[in-house]
Amino acid sequence: MFRNQYDTDVTTWSPAGRLFQVEYAMEAVKQGSAAIGLRSKTHVVLGCVNKANSELSSHQKKIFKVDDHIGVAIAGLTADGRVLSRYMRNECINYSFTYESPLPVGRLVVQLADKAQVCTQRSWKRPYGVGLLVAGLDESGAHLYYNCPSGNYFEYQAFAIGSRSQAAKTYLERRFENFTDSSRDDLVKDAITAIRETLQGETLKSSICTIAVVGVGEPFHVLDQGTVQQIIDTFEIAAEQEDPATEPDAATGQEAATEQGTAADQGGSTDEGAAPMDI
Amino acid sequence: CVAIAGADYCVIAADTRMSTGYNILTRDYSKICKLADKCVMASSGFQADVRALQKQLAARHLIYQHQHNKQMSCPAMAQLLSNTLYYKRFFPYYSFNVLGGLDNEGKGCVFTYDAVGSYEKVGYSSQGSGSTLIMPFLDNQLKSPSPLLLPAQDAVTPLVEAEAIDLVKTVFASASERDIYTGDKLELVIINAAGIRREYMELRKD
Repeated sequence: MFRNQYDTDVTTWSPAGRLFQVEYAMEAVKQGSAAIGLRSKTHVVLGCVNKANSELSSHQKKIFKVDDHIGVAIAGLTADGRVLSRYMRNECINYSFTYESPLPVGRLVVQLADKAQVCTQRSWKRPYGVGLLVAGLDESGAHLYYNCPSGNYFEYQAFAIGSRSQAAKTYLERRFENFTDSSRDDLVKDAITAIRETLQGETLKSSICTIAVVGVGEPFHVLDQGTVQQIIDTFEIAAEQEDPATEPDAATGQEAATEQGTAADQGGSTDEGAAPMDI
Repeated sequence: CVAIAGADYCVIAADTRMSTGYNILTRDYSKICKLADKCVMASSGFQADVRALQKQLAARHLIYQHQHNKQMSCPAMAQLLSNTLYYKRFFPYYSFNVLGGLDNEGKGCVFTYDAVGSYEKVGYSSQGSGSTLIMPFLDNQLKSPSPLLLPAQDAVTPLVEAEAIDLVKTVFASASERDIYTGDKLELVIINAAGIRREYMELRKD
């Protein structure tokens, strides 16, 4: 596949009818850190694995709010992703300004795809090296789309992109039939579980993953680390011990329900966790 | 419209009458617009231009929030409004604005504008048709001694929030007596550390 004589230019076809530059761009997406998305009838959840260049640096921002009703998670060249999300934000603002209503997700995705296609047909441009999972809500319900560097887009019930995304995809394929009627909290739990699949052995911590939710009555926002850590705690504990599963579950469930942040609560949940794990 | 800045609050008020010539178009039109968490604008003049201006500022604010991950401060919004108005220097927004809110330290601030963007930070201001009746009264009640005096006096009024609200209500009631374009209902927006709240007061309907 590599080192062909037809892969120098994006405007050169190969004899087999392929545009290699575009395919290489899709490879770039596969090299990026994982991003997953899943949707129910009323909510869409996006999650991504945070990769930092080194211990000292902060991690890259991979989830962007585009508008109150649309958000995007990216995998691949994050710089391209940033530029594209700026474009998406502008489009949403312009549409709102002109029509006083939110831009339907389907339209935004088509505009994005057309923009990507332009880069596959100009000799002085290169394709965008980023895959976008666009999550949004409009009058026709909740949507999740995947935009490729090739200019294609597809709508999904659930999807994962980036490195080691196959593990997440397998998990999602097993569970996706339940997603349509899932509650928002179950959807978030499934998202975190899917992310854990991509980590393959690394401990799941809230510092490694970022979760964002958009839904009916809930504008797009990124969940803060505290909330994510609480959710991780609840099902890590439930997974750790099958027998007294109800007790700690109920206790930590209550703690998750009360306002997060007080030291007592956090101390309480880890205490509950510590005792069973000692066994 | 009128705005008064206090030590930790800001009151912005405008009547709700929309008129053309000697006729009333509606008795219930809001001329006050919330631009940011701590920043509210009241405008009088040609309401279509006012509406267009409000939409422009709201869109620019959204862009700012995306880029900076926070709301615009009142002084920042003040500069933005000035630039937006001057951008149309040769086909102006027919809009006379007063911007009120809390600055970064939580002190009240009021900015007053002309139609093409000349602006000034003041302790109180009024614009619009009733302003010729209202401004002298505010000067009498709120004007601080000369800014050349030492020690430097603060522009914000030493009045308490309740007193300032009372003053605004009095001022509008008086203006409604003699100005045909002022009346129907008064809408007050009060910004303080606790947030934003609205109050309404009935005015003369004639």
